[in-house]
Amino acid sequence: MVSRRTKWLLGIFFGLFTLFLYGPMLAMAVLSLQGPFGSQTFPARGLVSGHWYSELFADSLQGVRDATGVSIRLSLIVAAITALLSMSLGMAFRRRFRGSGILFYGILLSLMTPGILISLGLSLLSYYVGLDTGIYTTALGVQVVWALPFGFLVMTAVFNRYDARAEEAARDLGASSIVTFREVTLPIVWTGVFGAGLFGFTLAWNEFERTFLVAGPTQTLPLEIFRITSASVLRPYVYSLGVLTTLFSFVLIAVFMLVSRASQRRAESAAVKADEAAALPDAAVAAAAAGD
Amino acid sequence: MSTTPASQATAGAASAAPVGSSGGGSGLHLDGVYRVFPGGVVAVEDVNLHIANGEYVVFLGPSGCGKTTTLRMIGGHDEPSQGTISLDGEILNGVTPAKRPVTTVFQHFALFPHRNVLQNVAFGLKMRGIGKVEREKQARDAIDLVGLGQMANRKPRELSSGQQQRVALSRVLVTRPKAILLDEPFGDLDRLLQLRMRVELRALQRDLGITFIHVTHNQEEALSMADRIVVMDDGRLQQVGTPTDLARHPKNVFVAKFMGDNNTIRGPVVESRDGVVTVQGKLLRGAVRGDLPVGQETAMTIRASAVQVSTSPEAAAVNAGRARLNFAEYLGDSVKLHLDVQGEPFLAKVDEARYAEIRAFEGQDVTVSWNLEDGQLLEL
Repeated sequence: MVSRRTKWLLGIFFGLFTLFLYGPMLAMAVLSLQGPFGSQTFPARGLVSGHWYSELFADSLQGVRDATGVSIRLSLIVAAITALLSMSLGMAFRRRFRGSGILFYGILLSLMTPGILISLGLSLLSYYVGLDTGIYTTALGVQVVWALPFGFLVMTAVFNRYDARAEEAARDLGASSIVTFREVTLPIVWTGVFGAGLFGFTLAWNEFERTFLVAGPTQTLPLEIFRITSASVLRPYVYSLGVLTTLFSFVLIAVFMLVSRASQRRAESAAVKADEAAALPDAAVAAAAAGD
Repeated sequence: MSTTPASQATAGAASAAPVGSSGGGSGLHLDGVYRVFPGGVVAVEDVNLHIANGEYVVFLGPSGCGKTTTLRMIGGHDEPSQGTISLDGEILNGVTPAKRPVTTVFQHFALFPHRNVLQNVAFGLKMRGIGKVEREKQARDAIDLVGLGQMANRKPRELSSGQQQRVALSRVLVTRPKAILLDEPFGDLDRLLQLRMRVELRALQRDLGITFIHVTHNQEEALSMADRIVVMDDGRLQQVGTPTDLARHPKNVFVAKFMGDNNTIRGPVVESRDGVVTVQGKLLRGAVRGDLPVGQETAMTIRASAVQVSTSPEAAAVNAGRARLNFAEYLGDSVKLHLDVQGEPFLAKVDEARYAEIRAFEGQDVTVSWNLEDGQLLEL
């Protein structure tokens, strides 16, 4: 039994955690709903109004909309590449091979490396080699390298509890390696691949420090928000933009949860049915035993 | 047609006369097969075996004995480091599993979880390029054969383990292989279902006349199903024979112990006269037919069911002894008596009626004895 005092301590701890997690978002959400004369700080003025949301579609904010488009395209590409590479890496790491241990940590290394240093290093490097930095070259590169360990870990977990005998059975029944992959492996692990891709998308969507110095002339959404916030006067449309991008991230998480829940629920309802099936008097067994 | 591996294998030390006739290259031949894993672990060592077409052969042994590796080499999921495997005169070494006329029922069934029963069963035919209508017809026939006609549209996880096993079996049967390999086929079934499936599987095999090669660690399962049992330990064939051979005439100490219900006396020969040798164990002394010089270390075995138990207080000096009854295990029609000869375990199996006659109670001292003819020498 947990004592009263412990309960209070844990409660306060959780309250603080929630405050730090959602407090900033809440403040931002409240400020985003101010009227036309709203300012960048509390007290909020002219609540509740959608003014700063419609402001996002003003001509003056074409840059924000362009950056959003760039971010969506870039994130989709990162997602696709991350999914593909994570899948391939996951497949490769099902067996031990020469140097597999070192390579494993090599891939995970980008988790530990400070992002701003990567950005700085790559910009120096490209300057030195005489290559221009750009969204679909250098920025894409650092974002994939950043997202890959997450996708890779997802696929490693998937393949850890993957039963390879189904593949063996497929090969035994005459399937080539490619056919086995298409007909057996991929359909079994696709939720994992989807998850790896989604990781790639969200990480790219939010990525700032690695992209900061290597995006070239184009802006991604996080870079654009940073540019706006570092400008002298902050206007509340930044808050409405922040709320919308946060909501978008929530939608992505929801999509992932729905997909994995759906496949899980399918399995659960099936398990119930299997129990029912097992409880049936197995007349078929007797019939088969006696038959022919 | 290649003749050498076939004739060599038939002459191989371990291959007993197969059931049914087989001439030349007919049947499955394993000839001098070794499997050495990277790192030097010898999983399978010098296996020579001939399995006739239509035979039901069970590979039996403890885990790590090489039985599954041998099965995988026959199925093409592993390759011998040395030696040849051939089927009906055709060398299988280097042939991919897909191209071998043998198919495996994998441990835990290895069904495709994302496909329904019909698609699972039709898979092998699909891989052979058989059209959808034809392959579904054949698959339905195979599903009906194992009594799962109503379940064609279910996913594997919607089936009980017994039904899953039937699907695994019909998925293999539908491709009409020359031999079916089964890796611990009853491992996932509860005991009652196991007993039922043994009968069913054996009946199916007789009907189809296909060679079945079955791997298990369960002696009872092997004895009840096999035409021939291949006992393996430590990567080597220990004994190949019919269930009766193995139960009555274990060849060496390992087989006698592994088959269970055998008593082993091990020690030097103390007397050798007129074709009878006397073996002096730690506590018991056994006379057995054989010809060994005095002083040689050897072992002999007596089946538990050949041991006579009485409450008479006197015991002869040879082929008998006093023992304490620790525990009487009731087995239905017989009773297994767990005895103790001054700390050494000893087993006797008497039928129920005889047990009632003996009127021995647990904790009581009894006399055990056996006939000269019931003892036999073992290889160490």
